[in-house]
Amino acid sequence: MSALITIGYLLASVLFILGLKGLTHPRTAVQGNMFGAAGMLLAVVLTLTNQHILSYEMIILGLIIGGAIGAALAIKIEMTSMPELVAAFNGFGGMASVLVAGAALLENTLDGEIPMMQFTIAIAVSGLIGAVTFWGSLVAFGKLKGLIGDSAVLFSGQQIINAVLAVGALALSCWVVLDPANGSAYWLLVGVASVLGVLLVLPVGGADMPVVVALLNSYSGLAAAATGFVLSNNVLIITGSLVGASGIILTQIMCKAMNRSLTNVLFGVMAPVGDGGPSADDVYGGKVKSTSPEEVALLFEAARRVSIIPGYGMAVSQAQHPVASLAALLESRGTTVEYGVHPVAGRMPGHMNVLLAEADVPYEALRDMDETNEDIDQVDVALVIGANDVVNPMARTDPNSPIAGMPIIDVDKAKVVVIITWVCWNT
Amino acid sequence: MEMFIMGLTIFVLAIFVGFEIITKIPPTLHTPLMSGSNAISGITVVGAVLSAGAQHTALTTTLGVLAVIFATINAVGGFMVTNRMLAMFKKKS
Repeated sequence: MSALITIGYLLASVLFILGLKGLTHPRTAVQGNMFGAAGMLLAVVLTLTNQHILSYEMIILGLIIGGAIGAALAIKIEMTSMPELVAAFNGFGGMASVLVAGAALLENTLDGEIPMMQFTIAIAVSGLIGAVTFWGSLVAFGKLKGLIGDSAVLFSGQQIINAVLAVGALALSCWVVLDPANGSAYWLLVGVASVLGVLLVLPVGGADMPVVVALLNSYSGLAAAATGFVLSNNVLIITGSLVGASGIILTQIMCKAMNRSLTNVLFGVMAPVGDGGPSADDVYGGKVKSTSPEEVALLFEAARRVSIIPGYGMAVSQAQHPVASLAALLESRGTTVEYGVHPVAGRMPGHMNVLLAEADVPYEALRDMDETNEDIDQVDVALVIGANDVVNPMARTDPNSPIAGMPIIDVDKAKVVVIITWVCWNT
Repeated sequence: MEMFIMGLTIFVLAIFVGFEIITKIPPTLHTPLMSGSNAISGITVVGAVLSAGAQHTALTTTLGVLAVIFATINAVGGFMVTNRMLAMFKKKS
């Protein structure tokens, strides 16, 4: 029987991998997600047949409560609030790891077994990463939702406090490993890791949130993998490492897209702004003028190819639907319309694409930064809406700009650029 | 110890599988990737169910049930919201 369960878990792992593979194309993505859900269902049903389970009431109660809350959140959430939801879900995953590892430690102590060291190490790692993920995600959630100040919270000695907490957490981890029968060591570790989680995310500024959400995504996977080592369960180890890898890759992509190192993001360090280099006047002098809807309409009338560069400002002002209508109108007149989406155009990786898809923009029209830059010189009108950093050529030329070196969408190479924004240039 | 080495082997190999697949996912789908991978990390529910049903002590059962709730929110909510998003990605009609 137990061999059958193990084979079933293997099948679930395969379904998870196929599920992620489905996400490599929008055409197969819905099916991929179904594979993932089927894998999860299979894993849960198999676990319910485990002979150690004596009572089902509490399990079913938990599944119903969790399922209802999860479903309600998934149905009600606005697409603009997706980063908050993902942050919260990351946190819940981390908390589940903390609780499972805590329960496993207690059960082991009660059975009077002398646990092996790899078991207690895995317990300590689950508790540590899980608690950091949970509290870090709650702070990220609060920041994204605007409940906590969006700006970087910095105070003196912050890094020293973090270092002390990290050393303390490591020392407590050793205590858990060496003296697993002592119940309080684990929960003390969870407590210290919780404070660490809060303090690690607090200094991160609002613009850097996509990086942090991706990183916490990775942590929640690693916590699940650690819990897999606690339970000697391969499906948890495999799934956890897949999620861990995914989060790390997204973190790298986001850092690269902002030309920020991960350490700078985590410690809230902004590049110092100095003077020197060509000033904004040198770059823009005599080339910028204000325009009117009529003039822009004439430009569009003559254009054969239009590229729309959306920024988060477009989403904030709920302009994606009018933009999509404009695109539809232009296309009905034979103009080619495409969207150039910068990796950090939203509040999380890929966010802008979801917002545009919600406004019925077909996925073939969504192009990433590299694709857009390849032939932007052939674009007649580049319409930049609600974005500025991601198209600001100062990033290329001014070494002292706060966004120096950040890859941008080269709209300045298009024939005409129309910018709609409520922010005036002040670089 | 052997179990641990086996686990470690699987862990390392799975990370490589993850890197191979995930680097092929287009930026267009990065948000569904995050919510979807989030959903599968709700797999912790497997461990939670065991603790909630094993009836060791009231405390372990409570911890287990809370873990079941957290992990199930993660899994059910994650898959549903991913499905909702992916359904919006349509071809040109």
